[in-house]
Amino acid sequence: MNENFLTLFADALEKEPSDMSMDDEFRNYEEWNSLAVLAVIAMIKQNFNITIPRKDFDELKTVSDLFEYIQAHR
Amino acid sequence: MGAKIKLIEYYLPERILTNKELEKVYPEWSATKLEKKVGIKQRHIAGPNETSLDLAANAATKLLEKEDKNLIDFVLFCTQSPEYLLPTSACLLQAKLGLRTEIGALDFNLGCSGYVYGLAIAKGMINSGLCKNVLLVTGETYSKFIAEDDISNRSIFGDAGSATIVTYSEEDMLGEFVFGTDGNGAENLIVKELTARNSYILPTNGRPTLYMNGPEIFNFTIETIPPLLQKVITKNKLQITDINYFILHQANKYILEFLISEMCLDISKCHIDMLNYGNTVSNTIPIALKDSLEQGRIKEGDKVLLAGFGVGYSWGSTIITI
Repeated sequence: MNENFLTLFADALEKEPSDMSMDDEFRNYEEWNSLAVLAVIAMIKQNFNITIPRKDFDELKTVSDLFEYIQAHR
Repeated sequence: MGAKIKLIEYYLPERILTNKELEKVYPEWSATKLEKKVGIKQRHIAGPNETSLDLAANAATKLLEKEDKNLIDFVLFCTQSPEYLLPTSACLLQAKLGLRTEIGALDFNLGCSGYVYGLAIAKGMINSGLCKNVLLVTGETYSKFIAEDDISNRSIFGDAGSATIVTYSEEDMLGEFVFGTDGNGAENLIVKELTARNSYILPTNGRPTLYMNGPEIFNFTIETIPPLLQKVITKNKLQITDINYFILHQANKYILEFLISEMCLDISKCHIDMLNYGNTVSNTIPIALKDSLEQGRIKEGDKVLLAGFGVGYSWGSTIITI
């Protein structure tokens, strides 16, 4: 499941999953910009049918944080 | 008794800001990637002395070359960048266009939902016998509120003006409307400076500046728009397959494609064209309608669903018959 999520996240950012790990702070990726945020929101809505309020999203630092948040709110 | 759209014209300011120019200022943004993702290649930007009222007046002037201006008996002007705090810009527009003085004129302050609201107000006024020919005008210059270093907003928004005549018709060609409002989203797309709430104070050397919380606006859109479309189709006693064409507010290609995929709409029936204009706020729907008519994408008798959504939050939708 973790690996699937990493692949989905990588696709949204148009990044190679092999260049990423669940512990990465995703805002540090060079691909991270306002469009990448929309791509991640869209990926989460399409795959898990949830939208994350901005105030919650801002608290999430790593790919793993995001994954756990989704698991807790599905 | 009913109402219909008789004529539409729009006007784009001369100056064009291309993705290539943006790329020069922000090398980390690729011009081609920007075009591919947001579906915008260039946007028109009002000149330093060109206002929303000027853009609207230019569009209305084009329109009044085809229509007797003495027929106009009401002016509705949708803008969030009025000429002055007072008087009402629509009053200035009456004078600028040389319209009769025996008419009504008012401004209403809405953004991306504004055109749909304007059609609703015009329809209500015509159907209740208050007037026969409404000049519905939109004009917006968000570029003047956008900070030089705000690449996200500079890449999305463009300036424009539009003018539409909504006129009396035996058959009602403007269908049922669905509206929505949620002022809790106000802070997510806002210009705070030089306003009553801030004692009309401007920071030193500052200008009124647009703030947009893109992710929250995106969340709002994906939660609100699919049910809005369902509601308006049901309220008009139609099926989704009865709709010949969908014109959603042209926010950006990314958001539109996401909505289309979420709602499983036939993409060939959906308008996605802000390539040369950008997101022109209340102007996107009249521009799309005019272009679609001229390019033959819609024809007489077609049912066209219109939906506007954004700043406020405010949203609205209707189904018109061409």
